[in-house]
Amino acid sequence: MTTVRIDAHHLHYTPLNQQIRAAIAAGAKEIIIDNVLGQRFIGDGVRGDGVTITVNGVPGGDLGMFMSGPTIIVNGNADHAPGNTMDKGKVIIHGSAGDAVAHSMRGGRVYVRDNIGYRGGIHMKQYMEKRPILVVGGAARAFLGEYMAGGLLIVLGLNGVTPIAERGVGSGIHGGEILVRGPVDELHLGVGAKQTLATEEQKVMIKPIIEDFAQQFGLDPAPLLASDFTRISPASARPFANKYTWE
Amino acid sequence: MSIGSTPLKFKVSIDPDRCMSCGRCIENCSYGVYRKEGDDIRINSRNCVACHRCLAFCPRDAIDIEEKPNDYRSHPLWTREVREAIFNQAKTGKIILAGMGNAQPYPVIFDRLVLDACQVTNPSIDPLREPMELRTYIGKKPSSLTLKQLPDGEVELLTKLTPNLQIETPIMIGHMSYGAISLNAQTALAKAVSRIGTFMGTGEGGLHESLYPYQKNMIVQVASGRFGVDINYLERGAAIEIKIGQGAKPGIGGHLPGEKVCADVSCTRMIPEGSDAISPAPHHDIYSIEDLKQLVRGLKEATEWKKPVFVKIAAVHNSAAIAAGIARSSADAVVIDGFRGGTGAAPRVFRDHVGIPVEAAVASVDAKLRQQGIRHKVSIIASGGIRESADVAKIICLGADAVYIGTSALVAMGCRVCGTCYQGNCAWGIATQKPELVKRLDPETNSVQVENLIHGWTLELAELMGAAGINSIESLRGNRDRLRGYMLDEGLMEVLDVKTVGA
Repeated sequence: MTTVRIDAHHLHYTPLNQQIRAAIAAGAKEIIIDNVLGQRFIGDGVRGDGVTITVNGVPGGDLGMFMSGPTIIVNGNADHAPGNTMDKGKVIIHGSAGDAVAHSMRGGRVYVRDNIGYRGGIHMKQYMEKRPILVVGGAARAFLGEYMAGGLLIVLGLNGVTPIAERGVGSGIHGGEILVRGPVDELHLGVGAKQTLATEEQKVMIKPIIEDFAQQFGLDPAPLLASDFTRISPASARPFANKYTWE
Repeated sequence: MSIGSTPLKFKVSIDPDRCMSCGRCIENCSYGVYRKEGDDIRINSRNCVACHRCLAFCPRDAIDIEEKPNDYRSHPLWTREVREAIFNQAKTGKIILAGMGNAQPYPVIFDRLVLDACQVTNPSIDPLREPMELRTYIGKKPSSLTLKQLPDGEVELLTKLTPNLQIETPIMIGHMSYGAISLNAQTALAKAVSRIGTFMGTGEGGLHESLYPYQKNMIVQVASGRFGVDINYLERGAAIEIKIGQGAKPGIGGHLPGEKVCADVSCTRMIPEGSDAISPAPHHDIYSIEDLKQLVRGLKEATEWKKPVFVKIAAVHNSAAIAAGIARSSADAVVIDGFRGGTGAAPRVFRDHVGIPVEAAVASVDAKLRQQGIRHKVSIIASGGIRESADVAKIICLGADAVYIGTSALVAMGCRVCGTCYQGNCAWGIATQKPELVKRLDPETNSVQVENLIHGWTLELAELMGAAGINSIESLRGNRDRLRGYMLDEGLMEVLDVKTVGA
């Protein structure tokens, strides 16, 4: 397996991405980028099944935007919207991430070890076999899963944090589901969202995902799987169906 | 129901002396106006929307359609439309959904602008025998060129040019998505633009695979719903357009109702069949002009800076300042969509009351960009209510590089502007996904009609330019001296930067 190392010190994102693309085109399966400091768009629109890109440092916004295939591992925090409109692949963040994580993601997975900002998983959508998954180890800020149209969002509340402590969860949700470890205050639900206690079947469905997440970050999945989960889903698949009358 | 029924919008009658009971009206009407009872054709005028499908296919001209057969007591303030909207909302308590463009009788600025022609001095040019340059390049132009003289006398261009779209006429077709219109309608438009050498927009519904052969003439749209957007889609387009706003409904998003999301629409948009396709009002990653820059650059980075990126905004009060921000965002063109822009469905209150005319918006955007010395950084594409070649000439004089047409292209395929697109029953096979209606629209013949229209306009544009002694579209652009305002007020003439007739 070919490994390519890129030093991102003082490197603009365009030449950085050009080097990533060139490495993938040359057959590299392992790309390690050192000294990343705020470069946006890393892996933007990049294809490459079986390619792993390791980011050492703190990437800027829109990490893995429109990406289709590679796995990005971030050893650090990420800025806003990692996994923006991502199609396929994985983004694994050993730290926290900013707002709009996994925005409009249509496939693949985003794992965030710690916390995420506002509007996480906003407008994620699914189609046929493409079902995006966002797993957050810690807590999410307000408006989690807003406008969600498909996919799966899991918030675990590890290390004693309250997974959901702010309002607007699932505002306008019309597809997909949000699973939160532990209870969610009814006051925090957004318009169009409803909550139920996750059934055993629903927990079985997320088991392999939680195991995979735990394995990535060296966690013990057993206590997570033993917990109760709250399932937040759409009250209607047609939230706007009764809003209009014809002229 | 204490309000009872409201007066008929249209009254349909069949002249019994002319009718031969062939039943074509029954076959063609998709709104259920006609039915056969025994040997008679019965009429339910209440269902009529005046789409004229029956009339167009009646072989004996036997059908008459009369608008507003019953009068209300006339009143200048309490118009029929206002009263009927109140009846509707008193019954339903809902937002009124309407189609097509602004239906308020606001004055049309285009109709109060007149073009110039040469007389005696600066002779006019005959386009029949003189070359007329209508080719237009959409995209950034360099502020200066660096050249190197080569030993053999040739000159090498050292300035790196950014990608531009080359169009053979300054007329493109705007974004009407698959979902809003049928695949046959999109196919007809695609065939037309590819033959003419111009471009069309996909709308935000993705790009159906049957249109891949025309992709080099397609501008792919990225809207807030991000429907059908993946890297393959972005790479297929000749250019990418970020839709921020739409002239028909500035400030709000769109909802494609689940019943229009059939299997094929579903796979093009990449969402489950029958689910509502909701495009929220803002993009979730754009909350400032800096964020817009980030999306523009995100799209360019994804496509390796090979594609021009356009940003479309609705014409609103501060369009000029917004466009100045867009011009600095790395975008290659700004699309200004005026308040007369069409739509399949918009809340009536937005369609009729929000936004400003494209003429004023384009003039102020062009002026602002010139004042700031950044006009070369973006092309200006005008859309929303372009009805004829004179409108194209006038808006180019006001500063546009090119136009998008929408409704005009649909009218070329039979649309009668009945404005009930939101019902999904379009008898012409345009704004519908019902297979039995869609198949009425033959992509090949309709593409010829659209091509004819654009060809005709292009010829007229060349004639207008020739008459004005201009042989290149470049010389018409922003050339306000070729316009005069007729019965326009002083304030508006100042905004448009045109003089009055006689001056």
